[in-house]
Amino acid sequence: MGQIQLKKVTKSFGSTEVIPPLDLTIEDGEFTVFVGPSGCGKSTLLRLIAGLEDITTGHIEIDGQDATSVVPAKRGLAMVFQSYALYPHMSVRKNIAFPLRMAKLSQTAIDQKVEAAASVLNLTDYLDRRPGQLSGGQRQRVAIGRAIVREPSAFLFDEPLSNLDAALRVGMRLEISELHERLKTTMVYVTHDQVEAMTMADKIVVLQAGVIEQVGTPLELYRTPRNIFVAGFIGSPKMNFMTGSEAAKHSAHTIGIRPEHINVVESGGDWQGTVGVAEHLGSDTFFHIHNTGLAETLTVRAIGDVSLKHGDTIHLSPRVDDIHRFDAAGLRIS
Amino acid sequence: MARSVTTQRKALTTVAAWTIALIIFFPIYWTILTSFKTEAQAINDPPLFFAFDWTLENYSVVQERSDYMKFLWNSVIIAGGSTVLGILIAIPAAWSMAFVPSQRTKDILLWMLSTKMLPAVGVLYPISLIFVKFDLLDTRGGLLVVIMLINLPIIVWMLYTYFREIPGEILEASRMDGATLKEELLYVLTPMAIPGIASTLLLNFILAWNEAFWTLNLTAANAAPLTAFIASYSSPEGLFFAKLSAASTMAIAPILILGWFSQKQLVRGLTFGAVK
Amino acid sequence: MATKASRSAARIMMAPAVVLLLGWMLVPLIMTLWFSFTKYLPLRGDSIERGLDWVGFSNYVRFISSSSFWPAVHTTLIMVGGVLLITVVLGILLAMLLDQPFWGQGVVRILVIAPFFVMPTVSALVWKNMIMDPVNGIFAHLWRFFGAEPVAWLQDASLSSIIMIVSWQWLPFATLILLTAIQSLDSEQVEAAEMDGAPSLKRFWHIVLPHLARAITIVILIQTIFLLSIFAEIFVTTGGAFGTRTLTYLIFQRVIDSQNIGLGSAGGVYAIILANIVAIFLMRIVGKNLDA
Repeated sequence: MGQIQLKKVTKSFGSTEVIPPLDLTIEDGEFTVFVGPSGCGKSTLLRLIAGLEDITTGHIEIDGQDATSVVPAKRGLAMVFQSYALYPHMSVRKNIAFPLRMAKLSQTAIDQKVEAAASVLNLTDYLDRRPGQLSGGQRQRVAIGRAIVREPSAFLFDEPLSNLDAALRVGMRLEISELHERLKTTMVYVTHDQVEAMTMADKIVVLQAGVIEQVGTPLELYRTPRNIFVAGFIGSPKMNFMTGSEAAKHSAHTIGIRPEHINVVESGGDWQGTVGVAEHLGSDTFFHIHNTGLAETLTVRAIGDVSLKHGDTIHLSPRVDDIHRFDAAGLRIS
Repeated sequence: MARSVTTQRKALTTVAAWTIALIIFFPIYWTILTSFKTEAQAINDPPLFFAFDWTLENYSVVQERSDYMKFLWNSVIIAGGSTVLGILIAIPAAWSMAFVPSQRTKDILLWMLSTKMLPAVGVLYPISLIFVKFDLLDTRGGLLVVIMLINLPIIVWMLYTYFREIPGEILEASRMDGATLKEELLYVLTPMAIPGIASTLLLNFILAWNEAFWTLNLTAANAAPLTAFIASYSSPEGLFFAKLSAASTMAIAPILILGWFSQKQLVRGLTFGAVK
Repeated sequence: MATKASRSAARIMMAPAVVLLLGWMLVPLIMTLWFSFTKYLPLRGDSIERGLDWVGFSNYVRFISSSSFWPAVHTTLIMVGGVLLITVVLGILLAMLLDQPFWGQGVVRILVIAPFFVMPTVSALVWKNMIMDPVNGIFAHLWRFFGAEPVAWLQDASLSSIIMIVSWQWLPFATLILLTAIQSLDSEQVEAAEMDGAPSLKRFWHIVLPHLARAITIVILIQTIFLLSIFAEIFVTTGGAFGTRTLTYLIFQRVIDSQNIGLGSAGGVYAIILANIVAIFLMRIVGKNLDA
């Protein structure tokens, strides 16, 4: 079991309120991702759940039990830190065994569980090394190993991939997802990277300045962002926004359209502009277009390689069904 | 970045550096050398640098006549005891200040430092009175506590500067892993801080060993450590150069050896982390 | 990272150190303050149990107006100033020398640092007898070798002799700290100045010295605090005679030799104030470093 409920939780540091009253339920077995720009309070929120920080007011319940004033050690949660936080003076084996030692398990039980975790994580050959002798990806796996042996009711991940290089990050992302598939344990994952959020989450919680902007599945957020912030934050490249007459045509204060929802056409089209930068990825081409009279820069994603270059005039045709409309307060008009 | 230097210049620097180093070291060298001479050779004119009969007689005489071992033992107990006690009190305090800092942490640290700067002579009489009152005069225990207290600020400071370099996340990880505060300190912080704790121990042991105000003023025959033992040689017996040298050599040798190991930490410890 | 639980744990864990130091500071300090306002001559039967006569500031006035006060201040200033001057100037030169590449750096470093580890009573006695003795000391031998009359150092040049001994003890400290500071100097900065055609003296004056300023200040402040309370070196060499009675030693004599506790305590309060003036400057620098 691993249901986590936050009820009217607030957090202040001194007189600064970093998290205004917040309600959130994380269901058992769910992979929940907190995503938002840096300083949005997502890590603080995770640390509140972990018990590493006190909440200022409100309640935290884990599996229906009030855990508000329970010390971290007794909450039955495991955490993987951004820096991995491995014990540098212990071998990999001892690192993974540490939570079990603290739980006063017998030596045979400890050995058994450590071996099992190590084989799952491909660490068997490294058990007697120190963390300092491991690569970033291996350290990450040790940190995960240390978390899984506890058999926690939920895993907490605090930007676990941000210290890895790009290639490794993709690999680890898959490993963590697979781990979730296998264990079916609740996972709460903090990241500033919306790609991680989109690819891994069952449920995404978008945060800004301590406030939950929207909660939903990745595709819900992609298809029906509740406001301009979520619309701009989810999706890559970023959604294009336009105000003024073009928005008025759709009877909205602001309209947004994703780069992949604008078609490049040979001629005609509703919009046109001059290609500034063309990024050729082979599979796709990203155009950054100026002089459209709509926005400073318009980003368009074309499938395949489209051979337009800097300075060329480009004709565009937006897919009207995929235009998002927002009112003056930035909220979605449905 | 190392710069290439001409061999000639390097040779010149070498000569200069060695000359100065030998001059600075000379009094110690001379003391050690003299301790192996007979009394007559020790005051020979001209001074003897090599050609003399090496003898260990002075060492056995010093031991026989003044029970050197007793003073040595006192020094070991007082310096070692005050250091261990100080570390035990300082580790939790330094943990608090390094990992759970509050607005007052800085003030507390600076205040601790300021107690170190209290001139001892200003409080000599009150301390003597307290010692008399509680029957602590000339006891190792009393002196041990006083020396622990005068060095406690340095211990706290040194540990604090070492602890601050340990990432807090690792301690948090241990908390998530189910460690109690005691286990966190015992199994995670202390082993990680071993190098820092060791150098703190070392430097503090040296400072305690060499402390010469309170040892001279609060001890007599029973609890006197080597500092006070040596001071007794300033009486006419001090004219026996060879024996004075032997006694001095025995008093400084252990600490010279320890000191050479601790030279790197010395800077940090004595400047309260202001120079690293 | 701080929860209520960890904050209260922190307070408890800090308590022993704080309480002990608070007691160590306050109890004797208050007693000294109290005694300084009383007539307290244990040899004439005064004692705390029988009650001490309150005499106001008269001890403070007497301490300052006694004929030994100003000479003691004078001696203290010369001693502290002399040692500081010698150790800082020689320390800078030595640190710069040791920063150069040469053969046997490790051994030289060890030899240079050694005096710092010699206990004060030993270095005082060794210098007094083996080096400065007017008959058998090394200096006497040297002087005779060059046909000069040996000097009775600790009588005829007593203060300079003590300054020499104390400087020998503290030169390693200054050198070590300044060397550490020099080694942190960015060599590219020096090279840039070299490329700009600055002669070596100018380089020293405009780049090396400013870089060392902080370290020098720290050396001066820390040494001042220790030097103000120099005791053993005087105790075993001259016993305060021949113009070597510093403020610390004067207070010591008032308290221990003449057993005039009131007067000595007033002197102690002066010493505490003096030390605190220096300490404030030191703590400012150290405190700034804490924020960084």
